[in-house]
Order: sequence, then C-alpha cells, then structure tokens
Amino acid sequence: MSDSHDHEHDHETSAEISNRVKRLIGTLERRGILTEEHVDATIQSFLSHARPANGFRVVARAWVDGEFKQRLLADATSAVSELGVDLSHWAPVCIRAVENTSVLHNVIVCTLCSCYPISLLGPSPAWYKSEAYRSKVVRDPRGVLEEFGVRLAPEKEVRVWDSTSELRYIVVPERPAGTDGFSEVALAELVTTNGLIGTALV
Amino acid sequence: MFEAGEYVRTRVMNPDGHTRLPGYLRGRPGRIVNYAGTFLFSDLRARGEPDVLQALYTVVFDARDVWGADAAGATSIAADLFESYLEKQT
Repeated sequence: MSDSHDHEHDHETSAEISNRVKRLIGTLERRGILTEEHVDATIQSFLSHARPANGFRVVARAWVDGEFKQRLLADATSAVSELGVDLSHWAPVCIRAVENTSVLHNVIVCTLCSCYPISLLGPSPAWYKSEAYRSKVVRDPRGVLEEFGVRLAPEKEVRVWDSTSELRYIVVPERPAGTDGFSEVALAELVTTNGLIGTALV
Repeated sequence: MFEAGEYVRTRVMNPDGHTRLPGYLRGRPGRIVNYAGTFLFSDLRARGEPDVLQALYTVVFDARDVWGADAAGATSIAADLFESYLEKQT
C-alpha cells in the first residue's frame, strides 16, 4: 500500500510530533513535574498490556461461546473486560465489535487520523496509518482488499467502518471451516491482526 | 434526537477548526443504525471551549450515495457522527 512518497510524508509528520513531544517532556522535567524514567515506565507498562494476543483471545472466546459473542456484539467494552483486558489506560476507550458473516465483510479505517484499538491489537501496522490506505479503502474497499489477497463475491456486502469518533473497532472474523474440535487456545493461534482489522480472512 | 432506522442527511459545513465529520461524508444521505450514547463534543473541545456532551450516532451510507453511480454495489460506509452534524432527510 505504501510507496516512497507515503513513507516520506509519514516520517515528516512523526518527526514533527516527536520534536513537539520532546520539547514538552523537557519543559515538564525542568519544572520537576515528571522524570524521563517515569515516562519510560508508563509507556513500558502500557505496551506490555496492549498486545494483539488480547484481540485474538476475544475472538477465540466469541467462536466457542455463543453467549459471550452476543455480549461482545452488544457491548464490547464490558465483554472485553470480562476477559481481564484493561481498556482504561490514560483515557477510557469504548470498543465495538462487528461480525463478519456469510453476507457481510467488515473492514476498519480511521480516515481522519489513525484511531485504532491499541489495547486489543497493540500498536497499529504502518500501512494502517498510511494516506494510501486511509484514502483508498473508503473509495474502493474491494480493490484494497484484493491488494491484501482477499477476494470477496460481488454480492457479499462490504462495510467500511470509519472510526471518526469515540469508538474503536475490531472485526470478529468468520470461524474457519474444519476447526470444530479446536480448543480456545488453538483457535486464538489462528487469528491475525489483519483479520481483526478486516484486511485478511482467518 | 434521532432513532435507529431514521433517514438523515449530513450537513454541508466547512468549519475553520477541528471537526469529526469527514469531508467525503458531508451533504450525504444515510441511515441511523445505532445510538452510541453521549460523548464530549470534539469540535468544541479542540477549540478549548468548555466540555459539552452530545449524542453520537452510527450512520450507514450506501457507497453510491457517497461516490456516485460508478461506486461498487453492495458496499457501505459506517461512521459515528455527532447529532449536530445531522439533519432529518426530507
């Protein structure tokens, strides 16, 4: 999805932001409000909990437990908390789960910036933040999905969820055929990050 | 207030400051599928004005209503939009 232009653009933007953050941290340190160690420890603690394995576990549970799946689709924020996933880092986050079915395929984007359910999926892939993905997936989702190797029947509805606001989305993929006897742990190993964004089938 | 199933149209607007109504979804007809609750209205927050809660709705748009007749069929876009971005479809 990304040509060299997108990379240059992304790097410029992140360099600007990173300089601003450095200046802000520098000012707060000089005033004795925080220390670099405190910042590092906070980020470390956040990232150690924010892992794709959380999302994989949620999906595997939904595949084996129909009642959990109903709770997940009705109110993902509280259903996810049942599994002990901490969504309450520095700002409360609301999660919504959308289910792929035989007639509907869901795919997630944030066209305005790069909103992403970090607590469930870890930091987002670079392509998810690229202008190419963000601008094209809302205009031609089937074309973008084909670039990811996902070919859908023309009659299957594709719904693009533009996370414009307060909610963060995960896709619950269709459970793969031939996994009837699989344990929850074995099922979780089949799930991928792209599957939870909707740019891959599982 | 809107209800699930109601047909709405997004407003045409071009504010100087921040908004969460993407440009490509302005002036488009859509259908409310869900009331998501009330949230702090981002457009005012971004201007440093006092916090105000506002209703947020999930609105689904047919891709052809957004991009025109040459958009693929069976394709839709869903976005969570604040109440003040929406008006009843007439």
